[in-house]
Amino acid sequence: MNEPPRWQNLFNDYANASFMDILRREAPHLIPGAPSGGQDAAPEPPHGTTVLSVRYRDGVIMAGDRQATAGYQVASRRIEKIFKADELSGVGIAGAAGPATEMAKLFQTELEHYEKVEGENLSLDGKANRLSQMIRMNLPAAMQGLVVVPIFAGFDEKAGLGRLFKYDITGGRYEETNYDAQGSGSKDARDSLKKLWKRDMPREEALRVTLEALIDAADEDVGTGGPDLVRGIFPSVKTITRSGFQDVPDEEVRHVVETILGDRTRNANGS
Amino acid sequence: MPLPYYVSPEQMMKDKAEYARKGIARGRSTVTLEYSEGILLVAENPSTLLHKISEIYDRIAFAGVGKYNEFENLRIAGIRHADVKGYSYSRGDVTAKALANAYSQALGNIFTQDIKPFEVEVLVAEVGDSNGARNEIYHILYDGTIEDERNYAAMGGQAEEIRRFLKDHYAEGLTLDAALQLGVRALTVTQNKTLSEKDLEVAVLDRTKVRRKFRRIPVEALGQLLGTGR
Repeated sequence: MNEPPRWQNLFNDYANASFMDILRREAPHLIPGAPSGGQDAAPEPPHGTTVLSVRYRDGVIMAGDRQATAGYQVASRRIEKIFKADELSGVGIAGAAGPATEMAKLFQTELEHYEKVEGENLSLDGKANRLSQMIRMNLPAAMQGLVVVPIFAGFDEKAGLGRLFKYDITGGRYEETNYDAQGSGSKDARDSLKKLWKRDMPREEALRVTLEALIDAADEDVGTGGPDLVRGIFPSVKTITRSGFQDVPDEEVRHVVETILGDRTRNANGS
Repeated sequence: MPLPYYVSPEQMMKDKAEYARKGIARGRSTVTLEYSEGILLVAENPSTLLHKISEIYDRIAFAGVGKYNEFENLRIAGIRHADVKGYSYSRGDVTAKALANAYSQALGNIFTQDIKPFEVEVLVAEVGDSNGARNEIYHILYDGTIEDERNYAAMGGQAEEIRRFLKDHYAEGLTLDAALQLGVRALTVTQNKTLSEKDLEVAVLDRTKVRRKFRRIPVEALGQLLGTGR
């Protein structure tokens, strides 16, 4: 008597606007962190290394190096670690590259799904909280070594400013006010940012500070890739402001990187 | 024990169809037109919050007429279908055809198996890429009948008259403002009132946009496109 109308079996009935919940019911094997068959120690998967986020006058900058490592080998020189989550936010991924990329993709779909079903965007806190739940779901995989710890940053329309969040492997979410970095080179990047970051920096200065930190991380950490002038590979840098998520073009990054390297060569600072 | 009534299947279907058609005829209409840069959807809808037109996926839009709660259910089911498919395969694999078929199945099942049929018609539009792929417009009726339309489509109370009007006045390669003006004229063809931008809900699937092609046209921009001097 109480069975749902037959036609609903074609789509199924879900109570809210969460894409993740649908996936958990319909296709649980597609969820990041779902237990897989074997318990054997797998060969070490590629790891993404350093991502960082910096608050500045107009919003936040997110940046990451382009290298993925597997053990002591370079797995990829051109991996992308900063993903657009929606128009006003982005995720930077560090840790096991496979699950992290998958998590970023699920997160994008989650936000877009909510937006389409509800007709409006989630608040920035809502987005950050959702990501924290995804990281928590990945905990079993993290215990086996597939750690995923992203940085989430975005522009908060209500508050009118850029905000950034860091996470731990249990899904703990901590808001940072000024800057943060994640990944193997994160300590070096943070040390650099600690000295260089200033309140309300204009875009050019923020860009320079960001790239200084990434260059320092690449300098000190073997896993982090520096700017590759030979192949023309530069860190990926994005800005998130009131007007949306934007790429900083490679030419501009190259120009700033060359200025920094030029200054360092001349003055032998940072050596 | 009393015997259940016998009603012949023909009679039952006829009654249901008549019931659904009456429900749909009470509602306001929606037109869809292909224009030079995509697909335009225009609905007569004074509400700015309860939408008749919405985004399903990157290149796909949805429009519904009839009973709001019924087509709203279908809209959300469609978004779920598209998002799961796009996540498990690739974004390019989500097609209007598959979605239109799912709607057709759903509405067909409801029509034959439930006591009360849905009083809705829905439309699924997919804009083709700039490399010359063609647009697709599917129109699904309350009983699951599916039609694939070219150039223009009309749904709702005055659909017949609107279709006749568009047949005479539609030309290929319309600009956005010309298409919009034609669409609005078509909506008023059976009424002797004019529609202002406040009575309209307008959205486009704009093939020049990156990734998500769906865009609502806000009231201010509508005024300009319609030529406020009218």
